Amino acid sequence: MRLFFPQWRHSKAAAIVATFVVGACLVLLPFVASEIGNAWVRALAFAALYVMLALGLNIVVGFAGLLDLGYIAFYAVGAYMYALLASPHLTNNFPALAAAFPDGFHSSIWLVIPLGAALAAFFGVVLGAPVLKLRGDYLAIVTLGFGEIIRIFLLNLNQPVNLTNGPQGITLIDPVSILGVSLARPANFFGISLPSVYLYYYLFVLLAVVSVVISIRLQESRLGRAWMAIREDEVAAKAMGINTRNVKLLAFALGATFGGVAGAMFSAFQGFISPESFTLHESIIVLAMVVLGGIGHIPGVILGAVMLAMLPEFLRATAVPVQRALFGEVVVDAEVLRMMLYGLAMVLVMLYRPKGLWPAPEHGKQRPGTAENAPSASIV
Amino acid sequence: MSTTPLLRVAGVNKRFGGLQALSDVGIEIERGQIYGLIGPNGAGKTTFFNVITGLYSPDSGSFELDGKPYSPSEPHRVAAAGIARTFQNIRLFPEMTALENVMVGRHVRTHSTALGAVLRTRATRREEEAIRQRAADLLAYVGVAKYADFQARTLAYGDQRRLEIARALATDPKLLALDEPAAGMNATEKLALRGLLENIRKDGVTILLIEHDVKLVMGLTDRVTVLDYGKVIAAGSPYEVQRDPAVIEAYLGGAHQNVATKDAA
Repeated sequence: MRLFFPQWRHSKAAAIVATFVVGACLVLLPFVASEIGNAWVRALAFAALYVMLALGLNIVVGFAGLLDLGYIAFYAVGAYMYALLASPHLTNNFPALAAAFPDGFHSSIWLVIPLGAALAAFFGVVLGAPVLKLRGDYLAIVTLGFGEIIRIFLLNLNQPVNLTNGPQGITLIDPVSILGVSLARPANFFGISLPSVYLYYYLFVLLAVVSVVISIRLQESRLGRAWMAIREDEVAAKAMGINTRNVKLLAFALGATFGGVAGAMFSAFQGFISPESFTLHESIIVLAMVVLGGIGHIPGVILGAVMLAMLPEFLRATAVPVQRALFGEVVVDAEVLRMMLYGLAMVLVMLYRPKGLWPAPEHGKQRPGTAENAPSASIV
Repeated sequence: MSTTPLLRVAGVNKRFGGLQALSDVGIEIERGQIYGLIGPNGAGKTTFFNVITGLYSPDSGSFELDGKPYSPSEPHRVAAAGIARTFQNIRLFPEMTALENVMVGRHVRTHSTALGAVLRTRATRREEEAIRQRAADLLAYVGVAKYADFQARTLAYGDQRRLEIARALATDPKLLALDEPAAGMNATEKLALRGLLENIRKDGVTILLIEHDVKLVMGLTDRVTVLDYGKVIAAGSPYEVQRDPAVIEAYLGGAHQNVATKDAA
């Protein structure tokens, strides 16, 4: 909490109250949202997934300063891993597997989450290793290529053996079930019946909160300092004894784990995935969340993710009625409007808030009388 | 104390395209010395520095620290072996605080992992506290403790130089290599720097110093090597070196008239 409200740093009571209030809001949010429409609860669940993705990308881009335009590949890796391990696809296509697992694959979430994280981390290293010496634009281009390679593989790996079912995607993916409670059916807690989408919302929020805690702890650690040092001056970081190769690979791997877990959850939530969900466009949206919110600043990244994830739902609800009221007809389709607003938002943020909507507060104090902050009055 | 020198470097050659930047350069530094490396502009001092600290890879040469050969192929290994350096143009981490800059220097001597950080284990928390404490002590040692929470880039020039020394000391070096630490300092700052370097030596860290300020070098160092055009032209005590005709010629031009053409190369 102290990261979100730095002014409460010294008050433990305030921090506990804030944690409690935020927790209560997160619990009650779907009930409020469902008053407007059930689609909103679904959008909130997706927002929580995007928070995970944005936080993962933030480790690579924000903490270590490595621009990554192919981040969605890790989301895809996690999603396909879960889809293959929890759908009839493999047993249908490989009789040998069907003989070995007559009930088909049904993987537990306790297996899938660590496995998704580990597999994505592996792919993170696979991407990271060849790009270690690249910086800036060159790094961006190679990572972009990596994202596309993964997608094109998924699109074409239906031959010679049908591994991914190509453009048709994989269907009949199991829902998540925790301790025997399937999240696909409404569940009763203390006499309240919670629809499936609520359950997923709670699961995703829980995972997002865990991601936030992990992000904060990493940022404040020895490793977080090493990332920041590399971002600031790589040569000096090396000379200070930081093994920049390993530390960068760790950034790629740890960032990817968030994407892998989020992907597995996405797969279970949707019950169907296809390569279409993992285009360059998605990578750019996640990057936009990080940049729009405040690169490197965890609260800002969360804000950016929630805003951009909720925007389509907001537009779906407002674009048509507002235009009807204004012009008597629908001039711009909601989907088109969304892209226009993304673009506009990015341009405006870059012009007026280049460090994001909720940037990190000035790190450390400024020494009085230095050129950059001549009119400073807020010292000590 | 053993008789092997702390640093023994011999036969270093480094070529940049058509320019032989270093030819057969070697030095031996005894424990507890302040060793000066001087020479006119472009003599190869910084190149030599970059070679022994692993930023440039040499074409040839043998490298030994504390009796053990070390490979100057990767800077982080050199730092781990026990050579820490500063840069001619200060290279701090500008957006990090002074304290954090020094804490980064502890990286190479600490071990907590990503998993330890995520789980916030006891060992990790204890190590983090030790890092912070040591960094604070070092800031006090070099005399910038009051700026611990200030961004490094906002420190005064002389304080940035001192902070860079503190960051290098945080790696627990056997040899502290300083690339023109007095550059751009005024007379008072230079005097204070001299005191600091003498303290560091007293506390058991050997110092290798590149410096232009001849007065500072002569007053402070125990031994001096003079480079010119990538070659060692003299080595000895400051007193001997000052009177060496080759050194006088290198600095003042002497009778040779081809200095200008050599400079152009």
